This record gives sequence, C-alpha cells and structure tokens, in this order.
Amino acid sequence: MDRRVVVPGDLLSDDGKRSGEGTFVKDGKVYSLLYGLANFRDRINVIPLAGKYVPTSGDNIIGIVKDVTFSNWIVDINSPYDGLLHISEYPMRIESDEMSKHLRVGTSIMTRVKDVDSTMKVELTLSDRKLGVLKTGRIVEISHTRVPRLIGKGGSMISMLKKELNCNIFVGQNGRIWINGGAEDMDLALKTILLIEKEAHTNGLTDRIVEFLKSEKGARS
Amino acid sequence: MDESNISFFDKEGRRLDGRRVDELRPLKIEVGVLARADGSCYIEMGGNKVIAAVYGPREVHPRHLQEVTRAIVRYRYNMASFSVEERKRPGPDRRSYELSKVSREALEPVILTSYFPRSVIDVFVEVLQADAGTRTAGINAASVALADAGIPMRSMITSCAAGKVGDQIVLDPMKEEDNFGQADMPIAMTPSGEITLLQMDGHLSQDQFHQAMELAIKGCRDIYNLQRKSLIDRYNQLENVEAEPVEEVKACD
Repeated sequence: MDRRVVVPGDLLSDDGKRSGEGTFVKDGKVYSLLYGLANFRDRINVIPLAGKYVPTSGDNIIGIVKDVTFSNWIVDINSPYDGLLHISEYPMRIESDEMSKHLRVGTSIMTRVKDVDSTMKVELTLSDRKLGVLKTGRIVEISHTRVPRLIGKGGSMISMLKKELNCNIFVGQNGRIWINGGAEDMDLALKTILLIEKEAHTNGLTDRIVEFLKSEKGARS
Repeated sequence: MDESNISFFDKEGRRLDGRRVDELRPLKIEVGVLARADGSCYIEMGGNKVIAAVYGPREVHPRHLQEVTRAIVRYRYNMASFSVEERKRPGPDRRSYELSKVSREALEPVILTSYFPRSVIDVFVEVLQADAGTRTAGINAASVALADAGIPMRSMITSCAAGKVGDQIVLDPMKEEDNFGQADMPIAMTPSGEITLLQMDGHLSQDQFHQAMELAIKGCRDIYNLQRKSLIDRYNQLENVEAEPVEEVKACD
C-alpha cells in the first residue's frame, strides 16, 4: 500500500475524482487539507496525526456528566462541543427534579450521538440496551485519531486485546476507552493501549502488541 | 549613529553579517516543542527566536465572540520584555495589536473555519529574542503549529521580508538594516503564490517594489521547503521512537 507523509496544500493527484477524507479539490486536482498520512487507494484519504474529535450522528462515545439543567444533562464528550442528553433519552421515565439522582455530575456514561445539527448542537441518547452508566472499571483517554488503529482492521486488534487481556474493553469514537476487569489485567490493558497510541502509525503493530503482551505476561508469572 | 555615514556592504558586496543581498539568515524549525498545546513550533530566523502555540478548536470564551457558522481565529503576538536590548514594557501595545491583526489575517484565509462552527482556534506567538522580522518568523511558526495541531488548511503560509538599504534591495533584513535602512516590506504567501500579507514602510520606486517582491517570494519558497521538511522529519522522528519502549520492557525481566 502506498503511504506518504503530507502537509496541508500538498498535491496528491491530478484526478479530482479520487478525493477522499482530509483532502480538497481545486481546479480538478486533489490536495491535502491536513498534516498526516496519505493513503493512496482508489480514493486518497489523509489520516491526521492530531486534531479534535468532532461528533457525528451514530458515534458511540464515552461522556462525563458536567452539569444538570432543567431537562438536560450536559455531557463532556472530549470535543470542542458539549453533548446534550435530554431527560426523555434516559432509558426510563424520570422527573425533572430527580435527574441528579440518576446521573450526577462526574458520572461516566456510554452513550450514542443521536443527532448533530449545523450549529453543532450535539444530542445524545442512552436508550439502547448496549448504552448506559459506567459504574466500574477505568477510563483511558487517547487521541481520537488513534481509535481506528486500536480497533484494527475489522476489529482484529480490539478482539485480540479483549481475549489476551481478559478484560471488557469499549472504545469510544471520541478517544475515551473503558476497561473493566481484574486490577492487574486493567493495569496491563492500560499500558498496552498507551503503547498502541504511541506507535499507532507503524506497520505490523498487531503482531508487535501480541509479542509485548506475551513478554509482559511472562514477567508477571 | 548617523545614517549617512554607514556602509551596509563591504567591497565584495556582502552584507554586515556576510550574507549576499539575496540570502536568508540561517533558519531552524522545530515542531511539537510544547506538551500542553495542541500544536506548537519553535523557529529561529537569524537572531529571531520565536515560539508559537496553537490551542483548539475549543469552546469560545467570552461567549459573545462566538460565530454560529464558523470558527474564529485569535492570534496573539507578544514580545517578551527581554527580547530586545532595552527592556520592552510588557503587555500589549499599539504595535503588537497591529501585528496580531495582520498576522491573523495572513493565516485565516487558508484555515477551514467552517469545519468548526461555534469554536475558536487560538494562536499564541511569543517572541523570545527579536532581531528584525519577528512578524514573519511568527507567521511561519504559527503556520507550522497549526498543521501540527491537525487543523485543516488549504495550504501552509510562509512569510518573509525584503528591504532597501543603501539604495540596494536586500532579502530578510536584520536589525541594523531594518533600523537604518530605507524600506522594509514583509509579505506572507501560500506556496502557490497567493499573497495574504503585504506591508511596507519607507520608500520604494515601482521598479524597486517589484524587485523586492520577487526577492521576498523567492525567500518564501526556501522557507516553505524547510517548514515542510520539519513537519515530515517530525513524523519520522515519532516513528523511530517505536523500538525503544519494547527494549525497555525486555531490560526489566
């Protein structure tokens, strides 16, 4: 696969139809919008090395309640924009004055972006069996640009981690990761995730992580 | 010192610091020097030492500055009190307000502000040591820092000055040439040649203006190559770190 580091304004292709994510077309030619890695396939995508998470509808993310208002919880979603969780999106019917009994300031929730409008009002929802309050476990924060790498092709990396680490892991699109398991397993999981974040842009990462886990486990026993 | 009896060139036509008229001062760019900032850059252009930090996109405070359809860009140019020979009174003054404004307007056209409505992109430029041409150094650093922060831009911005001393057009004037010269003309541009900043003080004839413009554009091209290289080197650096932690782990057991 053809990969190259590019900076904003680099010419990527003379064929405007190949413009993918992180690129723009000017006079029928494709240029890079970002500083990052350009992937040349049918379409050219530029993967950024840094940047803030911008929510899109359908994203599964991890949020932390930062305020409670009359009918909404205001949720920090590791983004320039706050998430709004309306009282009606809570799985059961509750009264306005009882909101902080169910979700207090500081509560971590696994949530989904229901809708984002053009002014970046972010509406969240909790009404799905998979979503809910996170009562146990730990949360790690990495750059959201590393999330695809942590998941791997078709989930290869994450399913390997879950199996090897004996932990329940949920990766939020916003770069927050929830880990739940034994204390020692979580320690190792944390270490591994931070390693993946650091080396996200290298080839053959999954294999190296398997090696890393093997030697770490060997050291433990 | 009297302006009339200074000679800016030696017999071979070299300048006070030994440069030719169309030569830049030594240039050094370092990317990602600040851990807290989303993007950062340190630049040395001759005697200028400038650091740029980019934060954002992030929430706008105070709220009333917010724009519903796009991100706003804030640029703060600041000189350290120790950056010049005589202590500079700290804090914003008329000059730094002006430089902040023109520098912001030099960068804004390439930033895709519409991607981040209701947010702000903060750019902080601190001049640690000044030696003429700090605004150009600041813009160069800010542009690299913006790229480092992962902010979408149509292109990079490069900035460079040309001036006139002893009736001769020179590239990238240094302090002596700026103080006692006849004209100073900083520009900023995209690599494709669009000018986003053009200032001038002093006097230039039309021919001299064109000559100075051409020289500054040439200077910008050289600086752009280094800006680009420093970003790409930064990535390769990150990639090379990879072997170390694995080794460390092996050393433990």
